[in-house]
Amino acid sequence: MSAAPPHPRTLAGMAGGLAKREFSSVELTRHLLGRLEAAQPQLNAMISITGEGALAAAALADGAFASGKAGPLTGLPIVHKDIFCTAGVRTTCGSRMLDNFVSPYDATVVAKLKAAGTVMLGKSNMDEFAMGSSNETSFYGPVRNPWNPAMVPGGSSGGSAAVVASRLAPAATATDTGGSIRQPAALTGVTGLKPTYGRVSRYGMIAFASSLDQAGVIAATAEDCAMMLGAMAGFDPRDSTSVDAPVPDYVAALAAPAKGLRIGLVKEFFDTGLDAENERQLRAAFAVYEKLGVTLVDVSLPNIGLSVPTYYVVAPAECSSNLARFDGVRFGHRCDNPKDLLDLYKRSRGEGFGAEVKRRIMTGTYVLSAGYYDAYYLKAQRVRQLISADFAQAFEHVDVLAGPTSPTPAFALGAKTADPITMYLNDIYTIGANLAGVPALSVPCGFVNGLPVGLQLVGPHFSEAKLLAAAHAFQLETDWHARVPAAWL
Amino acid sequence: MDWETVIGLEIHAQLSTKSKIFSGSSTAYGAAPNAQANLVDLGYPGVLPVLNGEAVRMAVSFGLAVNAAIAPRSVFARKNYFYPDLPKGYQISQYELPVVGKGSLDIVLEDGTKKRIGITRAHLEEDAGKSLHEGLAGASAIDLNRAGTPLVEIVSEPDMRSAKEAVAYMKKVHTLVRYLGICDGNMQEGSFRCDANVSVRPKGSDQFGTRAEIKNLNSFRFVEKAINYEVARQIDVLEGGGKVVQETRLYDPDKGETRSMRSKEEANDYRYFPDPDLLPLEIDAAFLETVRATLPELPDAKATRFVAQYGLSEYDAGVLTASRELAAYYEDVVARLGGEPKLAANWVNGDLAAFLNRENLEIDSSRVGAAQLAGLVARIADGTISGKIAKDVFEAMWASGREADAIIEEKGLRQITDTGAIERAIDEVMAKNPGQLAEYRAGKEKLFGFFVGQTMKATQGKANPAQLNELLKKKLAGP
Amino acid sequence: MSLKRSDVENIAHLARLSLREDEVAGYVETLGNILDMVGQLDRAATGGIEPMAHPLRGLSQRLRADVVTEADAHALYQQNAPRVQAGLYIVPKVIE
Repeated sequence: MSAAPPHPRTLAGMAGGLAKREFSSVELTRHLLGRLEAAQPQLNAMISITGEGALAAAALADGAFASGKAGPLTGLPIVHKDIFCTAGVRTTCGSRMLDNFVSPYDATVVAKLKAAGTVMLGKSNMDEFAMGSSNETSFYGPVRNPWNPAMVPGGSSGGSAAVVASRLAPAATATDTGGSIRQPAALTGVTGLKPTYGRVSRYGMIAFASSLDQAGVIAATAEDCAMMLGAMAGFDPRDSTSVDAPVPDYVAALAAPAKGLRIGLVKEFFDTGLDAENERQLRAAFAVYEKLGVTLVDVSLPNIGLSVPTYYVVAPAECSSNLARFDGVRFGHRCDNPKDLLDLYKRSRGEGFGAEVKRRIMTGTYVLSAGYYDAYYLKAQRVRQLISADFAQAFEHVDVLAGPTSPTPAFALGAKTADPITMYLNDIYTIGANLAGVPALSVPCGFVNGLPVGLQLVGPHFSEAKLLAAAHAFQLETDWHARVPAAWL
Repeated sequence: MDWETVIGLEIHAQLSTKSKIFSGSSTAYGAAPNAQANLVDLGYPGVLPVLNGEAVRMAVSFGLAVNAAIAPRSVFARKNYFYPDLPKGYQISQYELPVVGKGSLDIVLEDGTKKRIGITRAHLEEDAGKSLHEGLAGASAIDLNRAGTPLVEIVSEPDMRSAKEAVAYMKKVHTLVRYLGICDGNMQEGSFRCDANVSVRPKGSDQFGTRAEIKNLNSFRFVEKAINYEVARQIDVLEGGGKVVQETRLYDPDKGETRSMRSKEEANDYRYFPDPDLLPLEIDAAFLETVRATLPELPDAKATRFVAQYGLSEYDAGVLTASRELAAYYEDVVARLGGEPKLAANWVNGDLAAFLNRENLEIDSSRVGAAQLAGLVARIADGTISGKIAKDVFEAMWASGREADAIIEEKGLRQITDTGAIERAIDEVMAKNPGQLAEYRAGKEKLFGFFVGQTMKATQGKANPAQLNELLKKKLAGP
Repeated sequence: MSLKRSDVENIAHLARLSLREDEVAGYVETLGNILDMVGQLDRAATGGIEPMAHPLRGLSQRLRADVVTEADAHALYQQNAPRVQAGLYIVPKVIE
């Protein structure tokens, strides 16, 4: 491992150093590129490291500082999850299907962060097409948890979480369809925010389940998440589901005190399946909030227990259609010597997609097919309405909901790959927010057997500022977020 | 057994927007392959659709024109199937909740009676690309320029009972979309095409027979031929003791036959579901009023007005209003004449139509413009030339592009109305034909025509026919 | 819910996925289990509940102005294409 960094570890800290010209963006970028490269054999957190482009962008950023044109994110090195299209850079989505795919365009999120002056270090590893909770479905192999390489980092944004946890980069973009930002953040001890559906553009983010997918950020602290979200959020005319609402100053909003907040503890989240030690850490976190003057209230989401079955109808249905475009004709994997059109389709797709992606495509195809649509798809959409209404009702009484992010700390590689349903149940606490479209974040709140666990906060639509402030208040009182695995100090 | 034919049509009209329904790509026809297929049209990973407001306005204007209910809320759905000309693996269409609901329009049958044809619905959707098969051994080539072009699919009730009715309905819709300016109606380029659902049943039955769907008919002639072929085929099958199979068929214009489409053999399961990339389309009263305010006078209303205002027959009014451009041409002629609407109608529907037809021209490319035709009709009306001479003048105008007056002057075609001159010509003819004159005077009155002809010939056809008749009668009767 | 081998084969065909022989049995089992799991939805009372297609309640589709914004970039877009000829995407013969 290369020498300890000559600079702060957080995005905010780095921004301060750059602004004071304590170090240049090129120096910072060169250092982090070295760390990323060196970490690959151990963590496998990246699919592509784009050194040349990064150094060019860093040089531009240094120029901006020299000419006084730098903004708050200028020169800050970040990583993009490989689900975001990046012009001229390979964009694989963790799949053999797109192993050779070079995007001709930038996702809106990528373009916005580029315009804000950030420096892309590379593209992070992920579960194939974001379908997974352990980062083991990636065509490029699993990512290792920086806290213990025998453990998974969670998924699907496992690479993004791992690079931040090991401080290989201060922040990474990520996406969350059923927990793919929050669960890996929890399992690697970092902060992850899934914004409100429609808050951040989905344009250029390779679709898994369009009505659930949302882009967000993983960083060490709530403050760093706030800095990133401010640049990522906002209306995009290219995305019909992007909401035209003003973007608040999330960093300024962090100052809001926690005192007076009403936090609802979701009864159902503590009823079943939660690891006892994990629960103890959560209760300790709630005590911190009480000390800050927060009122804790017990609340119920009566239909939340149906969120996993609802999700596993809606998400596969949408994915089966979204992934139909990968047919070996215009881009992506094409089988050798197709004997006819049907063979071209079946083998290109059969070879290009991994086992879990195929499983979800088939599940979705089944639930939408003639004779099953009403029983599965329409039924799930009605239950989704009930779950969504549960959240709306709860937010009439409380400002924020709180609970665990994940039922257990990180599990061992291979432990859950044999039984998909065991894997799916990892997202039992996170899926509800996607179904309702509400924002949610995970903050580190302790350790169980040396592995981090997360506290999840969920707010009503467009309450990101409030969630980030609540998380920030917690992080001012605790140092869980500042812990770095010994190997990566 | 007597059979009854039942036909319903699904007409696809490409909307004449500048850009595609869900992307900013051009819809212009004839670009180089895939030059107008951009990221959204190609279904690139990560791209998203955004709806073109003009396509919505056009679909709504069609709905208003057929007195249909416009849905305050309609939903785009995905129709999932794999085909190389369908880049995303699904077509964005409207399924359960279309933008245009039930409406109707009237067609005129050959015997002049009116028949109302129900319109079930009309919905917005995106067109697919094209597969080309020529010149490639064992391969097809895909051009996606057309992919994403906005279509309105107009679905009729199974209300038509013959190929002729189907054609009349299709022509009526064709007229309507062109009046509305929402479709160029170009059938060769595929801007206006239809699928025909055809079945037969014993006359008097109230059950529908099993139908076949004939895909992609792109001319009125093909619609008529394909339906007639298909009806005969189905009757043959049934009378031979067989069963009609519900299937998709393709019309082969070279052979004049329909055949089963192999690619559609397997049962389709389109797995429709609401497109999560698009939100519900909401149309409020204000939008509706804006569209309504821009609607032009529609063909039926215009025809009714022509009958009332110009004293035309329903038939003439119907022909003149078959296209907005023709009706405008006619009204231009009448306005320039300041009258003579019937004479003008006869000319527009007669000689002008015949000449246009002969050269396969639309009214916009007529070699004789409205002002020029008015100039000609004015000379008939004021007696300068006879109707018969006018035909020759018109032909000369068509060939040369010159004005009627110039041709009349140059060729000396001005009608002879001088009584003395006509009398002199009659005297000459009578002097030359004493035998016929005697026979006529002896009672063989049908020789009158002979004398008209001879006198006309003597005046190079320029004698005023009415005067000639009158004078000739007098002279032949004898002093 | 138990699926038959033929059910899985039919779904795979509809989804245009080739499955290796040794994959099919696994999918028969796991897809069956997933369908059992989602079968829990049956226990929810959903009478009179509107299906929820997406989470943006009360929002409607925005309309784009009819403006051509895209230029010809087929050469760039076709760099990712497995097989093109004269600007056209080439596939095994389409039979109509």
